[in-house]
Amino acid sequence: MAFNTGVIGKTFAPATYAVGREKIREYAHAVGETEPLYLDVAAAREAGYADVVAPPMFAVVYCTASIWPALFDEEVGIDFARMVHGGQEFEWGPVVVAGDEITTTTSVKDVSERRGNGVFVFESMSVNERGETVCTGLWSNIVRAA
Amino acid sequence: MQPGDELPPLSVTPDTYLTVRYAGASGDFNPIHIDEQFARQVGLPGRILHGLYTMAQVARAHTEAGGGPESLKRLSVQFRGMGVPEVQLTVTGTVREVRDDGVAIVESDCEQDGKLIIRSAEAELRLAP
Repeated sequence: MAFNTGVIGKTFAPATYAVGREKIREYAHAVGETEPLYLDVAAAREAGYADVVAPPMFAVVYCTASIWPALFDEEVGIDFARMVHGGQEFEWGPVVVAGDEITTTTSVKDVSERRGNGVFVFESMSVNERGETVCTGLWSNIVRAA
Repeated sequence: MQPGDELPPLSVTPDTYLTVRYAGASGDFNPIHIDEQFARQVGLPGRILHGLYTMAQVARAHTEAGGGPESLKRLSVQFRGMGVPEVQLTVTGTVREVRDDGVAIVESDCEQDGKLIIRSAEAELRLAP
């Protein structure tokens, strides 16, 4: 099965996500977090943050608007019915707090074939409104052979 | 923390509607996570957990051990097998080394029903001075 290695390096348009206080709380509750910095504005301010802090894995939320168009890109050509999430890596910089605006750019890092399966690796880079890199992500998806 | 130290284990049992709440919170509405009938139609045993939900449990085990969100600098996982709702999952981890800059390298797994659903995760955890 041939996979389109010609898309390696393709970079998609940046997408900006406005981080909301209630969205952080909703996410924190969904994953079972009890850390007051994520849930309680007063606790976050007392610790020196402008507002509630996003848990590190909140990166999946602010990356969504950038990563999904890349996954669905016709030229990349992923067959969704056969795709599984194989691996994930995040590296974090300064924490994200409610009120931040995070702009994420996704590119195709690698496309390869392993034992007949396609391996698609995307790289996301997220920066805040001050230009600081808050997160880089490597998203590895495996497309099983037909 | 010293090499060989273990993270306090983190256990959680996702309830039957967890995948629906996580779908809403994360924006990932893939029906294999929220629609029992659809999941069976595509050959799964039933609805499965989002891999990134499971990774969030691994992350939580680290930030709780490290003293908050600033402590976790990097986390890398491989998804193995599929997690399911209503069965307890447990994250365990061990400090492999502590670098001179005060960052601990931690290796961890997430187990459910005797199977590893995340294996050999690796994290960089910045220890409080």
